[in-house]
Formats: sequence, structure tokens, C-alpha cells
Amino acid sequence: MRGARTAAGPRTVLAYVIRRLFAVAMMLMVVTLTTFVIFFVLPKWAGSDPAYLFAGKQTDPAAIEGIRQKLGLADPVLVQFWNFVQGLFVGREYANGADVTNCPAPCFGYSFRTEQDVWPQLTEAIPVTLSLAAGACLLWVVGGVAAGVVSALRRGTLWDRTAMTVALAGVSLPIYFTGLLSLAVFSYQLDWISGEYAPLEEDFAQWFQTLVLPWITLAFLYAAMYARLTRATMLEIMGEDYIRTARAKGLTERVVIGRHAMRSTWTPVLTLLGLDLGALLGGAVLTESTYNLPGLGRLAIESISAKDLPVILGVTLFAALFICIANLLVDLLYAVVDPRVRIG
Amino acid sequence: MTPQRSSRTRRIAGAALVVAALTATAACGGGSKDGDGGDGKAAGYNAGVKGIANPSAKKGGTLKFIGKQDFDSTDPQRQYYGFAWDLSRFYARQLVSYAPKPGAAGAELVPDLAKAKGVVSNGGKTYTYELRDDITWEDGSPITAQDIKYGIERLWATDVITGGPGYLRQVLDPKTTYKGPYKDKSAAGLKAIETPDAKTIVFNLASPNGDFEQMLAMPAGSPVKKEKDTAAKYQLKPFSSGPYKFESYTPKKSAVLVRNDKWQKSSDPIRAALPDKVTITVNSNIEAIDELLIKGEYDVDMNATGMSQAGRTKALKQHKDNVDNIETSFIRYVDIATKVKPFDDIECRKAVIYAADYQSMQKVRGGPDAGGDIATNMLPKSIKGSDGYDPYGILAREGKPDIAKAKAALKACGKPDGFSTNISARINNPGEVQTAEALQQSLQAVGIKAEVDTIDGAEAASITGSPAMVKKRGLGLIMTGWGPDFPTGQGFSQPLVDGRFIVPNGNFNVSETNDPKINKFFDDALKETDPAKAGEIYKEMNHAVADLAVQMPFIYEKNFTWRSSRVTNAYSTAAYNGRYDYVSLGVVK
Amino acid sequence: MSNPDKTGAAQSGPAAPEAPEAPLSGLVPGEVAEAGSAAPSAFLEVRDLRVHFPTDDGLVKSVDGLSFQLEKGRTLGIVGESGSGKSVTSLGIMGLHTAGQYGRRKARISGEVWLDGKELLTADPDEVRRLGGRYMAMIFQDPLSALHPYYTIGRQIVEAYRVHHDVDKKTARKRAVEMLDRVGIPQPDKRVDSYPHEFSGGMRQRAMIAMSLVNNPELLIADEPTTALDVTVQAQILDLIRDLQKEFGSAVIVITHDLGVVAELADDILVMYGGRCVERGPAEKVFYEPQHPYTWGLLGSMPRIDRDQTERLIPVKGSPPSLINIPDGCAFNPRCPYADVPDGDRTRTVRPELRPVGERHFSACHMAQEERTRIWTEEIAPKL
Repeated sequence: MRGARTAAGPRTVLAYVIRRLFAVAMMLMVVTLTTFVIFFVLPKWAGSDPAYLFAGKQTDPAAIEGIRQKLGLADPVLVQFWNFVQGLFVGREYANGADVTNCPAPCFGYSFRTEQDVWPQLTEAIPVTLSLAAGACLLWVVGGVAAGVVSALRRGTLWDRTAMTVALAGVSLPIYFTGLLSLAVFSYQLDWISGEYAPLEEDFAQWFQTLVLPWITLAFLYAAMYARLTRATMLEIMGEDYIRTARAKGLTERVVIGRHAMRSTWTPVLTLLGLDLGALLGGAVLTESTYNLPGLGRLAIESISAKDLPVILGVTLFAALFICIANLLVDLLYAVVDPRVRIG
Repeated sequence: MTPQRSSRTRRIAGAALVVAALTATAACGGGSKDGDGGDGKAAGYNAGVKGIANPSAKKGGTLKFIGKQDFDSTDPQRQYYGFAWDLSRFYARQLVSYAPKPGAAGAELVPDLAKAKGVVSNGGKTYTYELRDDITWEDGSPITAQDIKYGIERLWATDVITGGPGYLRQVLDPKTTYKGPYKDKSAAGLKAIETPDAKTIVFNLASPNGDFEQMLAMPAGSPVKKEKDTAAKYQLKPFSSGPYKFESYTPKKSAVLVRNDKWQKSSDPIRAALPDKVTITVNSNIEAIDELLIKGEYDVDMNATGMSQAGRTKALKQHKDNVDNIETSFIRYVDIATKVKPFDDIECRKAVIYAADYQSMQKVRGGPDAGGDIATNMLPKSIKGSDGYDPYGILAREGKPDIAKAKAALKACGKPDGFSTNISARINNPGEVQTAEALQQSLQAVGIKAEVDTIDGAEAASITGSPAMVKKRGLGLIMTGWGPDFPTGQGFSQPLVDGRFIVPNGNFNVSETNDPKINKFFDDALKETDPAKAGEIYKEMNHAVADLAVQMPFIYEKNFTWRSSRVTNAYSTAAYNGRYDYVSLGVVK
Repeated sequence: MSNPDKTGAAQSGPAAPEAPEAPLSGLVPGEVAEAGSAAPSAFLEVRDLRVHFPTDDGLVKSVDGLSFQLEKGRTLGIVGESGSGKSVTSLGIMGLHTAGQYGRRKARISGEVWLDGKELLTADPDEVRRLGGRYMAMIFQDPLSALHPYYTIGRQIVEAYRVHHDVDKKTARKRAVEMLDRVGIPQPDKRVDSYPHEFSGGMRQRAMIAMSLVNNPELLIADEPTTALDVTVQAQILDLIRDLQKEFGSAVIVITHDLGVVAELADDILVMYGGRCVERGPAEKVFYEPQHPYTWGLLGSMPRIDRDQTERLIPVKGSPPSLINIPDGCAFNPRCPYADVPDGDRTRTVRPELRPVGERHFSACHMAQEERTRIWTEEIAPKL
């Protein structure tokens, strides 16, 4: 805010954001096109009909023809692409004779496997992934950064070595191990946690209860990385001249570390955070599967195993969108955090 | 030793300690709290295999299913998953269905909507049924012959009603002259089915098929009320003809079935309909499913694909009385591609069978209990015509290779030093690749060098299901598994070994067996309406297939299945590949 | 060899038990008080300061027995090559010698540092911290890295002011603008909100000076204040420091490798080599009657306006000694062209002590004073 004000006027920033959003839109177009090419053009080159891919095990010619009709697979790829893009904004209709499915905007496609539009499936899954990511992120940033700072300040002590060992374990242990372990202990043995995920607005206690383990497990994995990053950054920063200056000014150690050193430590942490969060919002596949959370990741893995291409396409687009936006936010945040970075 | 290295070693050791501590915490958490949740007592190990576990007629309570895999569809005409067929009996009825009896007796067909089994005439080409009284839809309206006809007609709308089995289409209208109810709006509809009145329905087959009633017993033969048909969207809320109706269904998440008050027990000799409510929950974590079952939060794994290794170890150790070791109708086997050299020569095929170490393959699949018994021929024990035929003396040699005979066979085939070939295995089919590697190893002993070629299971239809592709990739041995769509020799074997079933894509006769003698066995059996007599023919057919050495079965699959202590009336039925007969289950509270 | 790790003794070591260290720029002639004795009368007095850093390779003796005095209103120039221990000396005084060493093995410091009657090394670190910025302030070599890149200049000055003055932000900001104005930054009320990277090198150093002087410190340590700057800017900054010193009347230590910097600034000069003082005295003495071959070398390599910079007559050959293995005898002996002048092996075995060579002028060299005067006047001076 302060940085952005002096580095570039609000108008410049706005122009920059608009320019970047435009780039995000272009990027999404490219992703959409690429995904389209993968699903619709590549199979053709390989000599098979994409309708077969859509049909899965069903190889009845009439079924294939039905799918082709309904999804408009007989049209040229560019027309299909255009229809898809149009559907995003104004909705579209899938028709096969009397069998008409109306897909209102934003139409991300229509999953014939479940006879559902893709959009409601996505909107149902997104809050789950969002809840998971936000909670875990809060935990790991607080925990990881704090552990990293303390480790850096007490380098070589028992605390440092213990913390870094736990961090190493955290980075090395896969979710399906720590996840199952946590379930085994807290859900099956101690019986503290049970039941299925419920949306936040419906049942807060249940929402919290089913998310608390995934939060901790996921946070453990990431906190480990953040602790190591924070520690390394902090150690580097503590050797900087301006920290010596801060001390020479007579500032207390708390201010030197808490204000001057932390300020610089946040920069790489925030960068990583933006990217991690972007990727995580695209779906925490393992965590969601392990804890039976109906988020984007599970939707993705389920639709992949069912070869439910419209859903895969939808999830891919969303994952791309999240990553693009996360990148944009990181860049904007960067300018706020580091006045040396100019926007524009 | 540099200090750096030592510190790293220490750190790794430390990390290992952390893991060990966590594991110990998990292990020492105390098993005492592991309950089975219910007030009932576990019926005992294999109680549901030997007979009926916890027989009871007590009504009420909620029966809770859990599973990793959701319905492929709830639309009766679009279901193909075996467990979905089992579940569909809660809300869909057919003219005939399977007897609610344990074991092989469960494969017997009894009248359901019909007053009696079909009256066969016209040389086995006409089946006539008269409907019961008091059969109703969930809105109280009577189920009519027209409703049954309409339901079956939907199968012809193959562009909309996708996914279900095509048997009825093939026997009633093999040339597909009918276009389905959405395109063909004529009053006559499908000409092969006549409904002279609301209570009578007549089927005219193009040619006799002794298993026709088996096809009618599939959910595909269920009625659909025309006014309630929402075509592709019907699966979001199917209209119930059975004792339960959908209260809610969220695909990939959950379903709740509640009593259909309009259903009358007097009209239904099959469905016990004990619980007041049936819930279905999808959980993406197979380990969690087993734990939740053991904990008592759910009653039965509806997929019934067997417990995970961790789950079954725990269950067998702590709650053996809740476990059944069920024999499915599934056979694990290797297709030997007769069009891929040198397997065009029967002796080379035999060499593989003699050289194979059945015991090691069985071990890889989990041993005799979790994996299954060593197979000697290609008919599951639950199917009429099955016997202990063992032309290659596999049991006599306890599943170990017979090197001498293998070498002799190789010599007879003109390859005394062995040969090279490929074994395909589906990478996403648990254990299949490892089994292929076990086979590879035992073949090596006689000089047969087999490369393991892994494929994506989802693409099997276009790789191993394509004769051209099999030849192109030189897949001599194709590792796979098979379960019957309906429990007869036709249902199990015809797609696999009848030469007329070889198709360019989605082919299941992977060995490309086309033996006139075998084909004729099927023709003869289909003309037979007496299941016992048909069984005799299938026995001959099965022997002939074994003698040809075109398939190498190695496991009659078994798995461990959990039933909660609350569950009553649990028994494994041959009708649903050894699964419990879901519609008979009750709960104690 | 002596064991400099030992603490306590004011004297340099067993090799030279006497070697009385006379006050340098002090008003008090005579001798230094015994270690541990009462506070000296000088404003700043450093006695036998030793700063040692234990490392994996051995003990780094950055400062190894340094003593001097400094009065208010006077300027001391500490001169030496990099690695001679001059910067560590200043950090030791400020209590900042552990900076950059966080969490590792702690630096060992011994000796005495008296500031205005208070001994700092044994004082409560928190108390020393409170003196920092208020009574003693520092200007660092590279203002770009010494200023926090993410905070505005104003904020950093305001912070420095408010640590020691209980005033609101507005007042502190006014003070910051004042200081920026004083150090010659144009449009200070606008520039106060700029970030360090938005300043030129010279402006940054001016801002740094403004920050250092914001609390009117009585002792200002400038560590290579002009090294990172353009030649033209260097002179401006030196002028500024001199003017400010006159204005505020503080004691100033200027640390530099360049005798030219202190020539115009310092009242007294202390030449350091290998963590020790090799020569010290009034500036005009050190410049015109230098009594140590190392000082000659420094004078010889001094850039002068009237001469081509590449043309250096008596360059100091070789490289500075390792502070872990300081050569036996005179630390300078491997590089000294006159190492063989004194009899026998003395230069290589016996460490020379500081001896008076004139009024308030000391030098540590084995050569006889007459010999040195001869070499200087006959061999060196004419070439300079």
C-alpha cells in the first residue's frame, strides 16, 4: 500500500492489474485450447475417436453416436472450442434428438456419466478445497515461520536440531502415511473425530471436526518446508548490514528480529506461499482422498479414473485459474512487500 | 568421517525415530475401544458363507452401506456394476429374480413381478408371463405389463440409455430394427414384446436362448413408468417399484433410501425389506472404509471387493467372527493368444501351463484365503457344469511347475530351447503386474522368455480387446480376470471362447478361440431350457476348452468381507458373485 | 608465543612486560592506569582490547591488544588494510561484534572500553544497547546495504530517534526532515518518504549520517564512510562529517584503509596491522615523521591528486597476514623490506612493542629510531 503508492500511482497499479488479468484470461484460453487439443485432437491423430474416450467401456456404436451428437463431437475442433467458450459466458444446450440438456452459464461442460453439469460439481467442490487450503495454510505459515525463526535464532541448539529433524520428517513423509496415521490414532483409536464432511454454513462443528486432521497433516508437510525456508532466509538476513545498523541504533533485539529481520524474511515466504496456495487450490488430491473430503482434488481423481472428460476439463481450467491468480497476487504482493519492485 | 555427514546421519536417524514414535502411538492406542457398535453378536467366522449369519425377521433400524465406488448408475437399464445390481433390488423389481437363498441356491430364478416363471412355447422362442396383483409404484399406481415393456424398450435408446448390458437387445431384436422409445413414438413400440393386457406380457425371441430369464432378471428387465421417465436424468431419481425409494441421491457422495409405503409385502416373495432405512456412503479411502466398518459406523462394504490388507489383518485378529471368506465367481486367468506365434501350436500353449508356478502366483495374489484357490479349469464352482476337471494335473503337482512335461511340450512344438513372448498386465489392477512377473519367472526355467508389457486397464478394450493390436504388440499371454454377468455357462464362457464373439474392438475372446465344436456346445445349451441339462453341456464345453489349452486359469478368487454385528440375515449368494444378498439384510436396531 | 586468549592484563603479553602505553590524543599526559582500576578521565578509553573469533580453522585474533584514548571534539583515524582488525575494533566498542555471528560460537572479547566513565564490556548488554545510537553512533561503509531496503529513509530515522526519545511520530518526523536538511538533502520533506534505493550513493550516505546524528551522539564511529562512493562525492561527505563534528562537538573515529581520507579529518592517527597498533600519534607526526615501515607503505600507496594513481613508489608488497597464524616476531616482517636491518633474528622472533618516538608519538619497530628517521628522510620521503 505504502510501497505501491510511492513505487507507482494507483492508476498505474490498476492498469497493471488489468493488463495482468487480461494475460490470465489469455493464459486460460491457452490452457483450454491445450486441454481441448489433448482430448479432442490427439486421439484423432492416434487413430481413435474421442467419442470412444468419452464413452469409456461402452463401445456400442449407437452409444458412441449418441455421445457424438450430444456433445457435438462431429463438429470441427475450432467450432467445438468456440461452443465451449461461448457456453462459459452465455450457457449452451446439449441436444441429441429429444434428449436435451440445458447447461446455463457459466457452462463448464456437461458430464454424461453423472448426467450433471460440471459447474455445480465444481462449485460444490471448491468451498471444500478452499476450507482445506485456507485452514492448513494458516497453520503452516504460523507454525512453520515461527519454528524457522526460533531455529535460526538458536542455531545449533537442541531446539534447532529437533525442529529441523521434525521438519525433515515432515517433508519426507507422504500424506498417505501421515494422513492414515493420524486417522488411525485420532479417528479410529481415540474416536475423537467421526462423520462425513459438512459445509461450513450447514454445520460448523462437523466442518471443523472433519477438517482439523487434514489441516494439521497438510500443514505438517508444508510447515516443514516453510520452517526450513524461514530458517535459511533468517540466517542470511541476520548477517545483513542493515540488521547491524538496526542494532547500532540501539533497538532491542525483539524489534531487530521482529521488525527488521522479519520484514525481509516474509518476502520469499510470501512468494512460496502464493504459489503453494495456488497449486493447492487446484486440488489437494492425496489429502482429499485420504480424508474423504469432496473437494476439487477428489473430483479430479474420480473423474480421471472414470474418464469423465468434461469434469477433467473443468477441474483443469480451475486449477489453471487458481495458479494464474495466485501468481498475479504474488506479483502484486511482492510490490507491496518490496518497494524496490516496480509495478508496470 | 566428516562432521557434516555425521550430522546428516544423525538427522535421518532422528527422523526415523519420529516416525517410529508416531507409529508406536498408533499401535499402542489400545484396541479395546474398537467396537462393533451394535448390540448384536457377531455370528462367527464364515457364518455368512456356510449359511445365514444371524437369521432374524426383525424389522426396523438403518442399514448402512459404505464403499469406495459409487453406483455406475442408479437407472436400472444403465447399471453394469455387480454391486449395483445387488443394490438395485431395493428399489427395482423384475419379472423374475434370484431366490433369496445362500450360496449356489441363490442363483436359482424365482418369480418376482410375475405370478410364475415364464411359460415357454414356440420351440423356446416365446416366453409368456402373467403379473401378480398388488404390485405398485411408489406413487401407488399399479405396475403394468406396459411399464415392463417400456422399461426394456429404453435399452434400445442406446445413445441415451448407455452403460447397461445388451443381452436383451441381442435376443429380442438382434438386427436392431427398433430405435428406442425416444425416437420411435409408434404405438406398437418394440414388436418383440407384446402386452395383450395390463397383466400379461409376451416375449418373442429371434432364436431360442435357455438363459433368457437370466437376462430378464438383470436390472435391465425392470419396469419404468413412462410418465416418470426423464431419459438421461432418470438416474438422478429413479422411480421405485421395490420396497424402498430414493429420499436423496448425490452422485459420488451418498444416497438415502427410505421405505416405499406403497410396496406390499404380500406381492413380493423375495424381498425381506427389514430395515426402515438404507444409507449408502461413498468414501475415497479404502483403509478408512475398513476402519469405519470395524469401528461399527457402517455395516457392509457395498462394493465387496475384499478388505484391504491392513483391514483384513486387523479384522481377522480382533474380530474374526465378523468376517466371511467369500468365494466370488471371479476367475483370474491368462489368455493364450492363438494368433500370436508360437501359440498357434497347442504344444507351446501346454508348455506354458506346465511350466507355470501356480503356487507362486497364488501367493502373489494373497494366498489361498485372501487370494483364492488354485484354479484348474475355466468354470467357477457356483456355475452349473463346473467340476474338478484338471487335465494338466495342476492339483496333483500342488501347483508347482512340471518341468519335464513342459520341456516335452516345448520339444513337441519344435522349440526345445524355449522362445520369447510378451505378457500383458493391467497396471492399475492390483497385483496383476506382480502376478505376471511371477509367471515370467517360472517360465524362464524352461527357456521361455516373457517380457511383461504393462497396459492401462481403462484402455484394455482397445489393446487386449483388439485382435489386431494383440498381434501387433505380440502379446502372447494376456493376464486378466472375468466374472459372469449371470451365473450360467453362457453368461460366463460364451464371450470368452465362442468364436463368433470375436470383434475388432472390445473383444473378450482374447485367445481368439474359434473351434466349431465349442461353438456348437453353446448353440445346444441355449436351446435347452432345463438348467440342469444345459449344465451338462457346459461341462463338456468347459472340458473341450481346457483341452485346447487356450486359457490358463490359476485362481478361483476369494476375498474377506466384513459384516457388522448389527447385521442380520447375511449370506453370500452366487447370484451376485458371492456378495451378500443385500435386499435380505436386516439390522438389530 | 604469547597467549593472547588470556584476559585481564593491560599489557600486551609476556614477551614485552613493560611497554607503557601513553595516552594518545588525551589531554592527560603520563601513563595508563592499571587494568581494572577506576574510570579514566578521557572521554573514550580503550585498554588492551582483544576480540577473538573461534572458528573451525582456529582462533581468529581480529583485535589483539589495542589501547587508545579519545577526547570529545577530537577525531581519531584508524588506518589499516582490510583484515587489520580496524572494523572489528569499532564493532567491539559498540558491542556489535557478535553481529552476523548469530547462534554460532560466540566471539570472545576482553579488555576494557570506558565511555564517559562507564566500562562497557562488563556492563549489562541491555545498557550498552541503550547507549547505542544515543551516545555512540555508527556510519557504515555501504549505505545501500546498511539501510533497510523495505523501509523509507524517514521511517528509519524516526525509528532511531524514537528509541531514545519519547516523542510522537509527528515530532520525530519533523526531526528527521530537519536532519535530512542538515546533511544537505534537497527537498527533505519529500525525500523523507523515499526508499534507500531511490537515493543516489552520496545521498544515501548523507541519509545514513543524518540517522546517526539524529540523537546528537557524543561518539561517532564512521567505518569507511566514503569507500563505496564516487571520488567527487567522497570529499563532500568528508566535509560534511568535519562540519558536523564541529557543530556537535562529538568525538569521532574514522576507520579507513586510505590515509588520504583521514589526512584532512583526523587529529590523531592509529595505524593497525594484524590486529595490533603499529604506530600512532598526532596526524602531522604520522604523516611527516612516520616511524614504521608499514606506515611508509601506506603513505606510498596513497593516491594523490598531483600524481598518477598507478605510480606508487613504495607499495606494500604481499598480502595481509592471516589472523589465525600471525607471524612470529614483528607481524609485518614477511612484507617488510627492512626486516634484516636489526641485528640477528629479532624481527622474526621477538614481537616489537610500542615505544615512544616523539611527543605522543609511538611506534612498534625493532629498528633503531635513528635508523628509521634516516630511512624515512633519505630513502622514502624524497620519492613521495
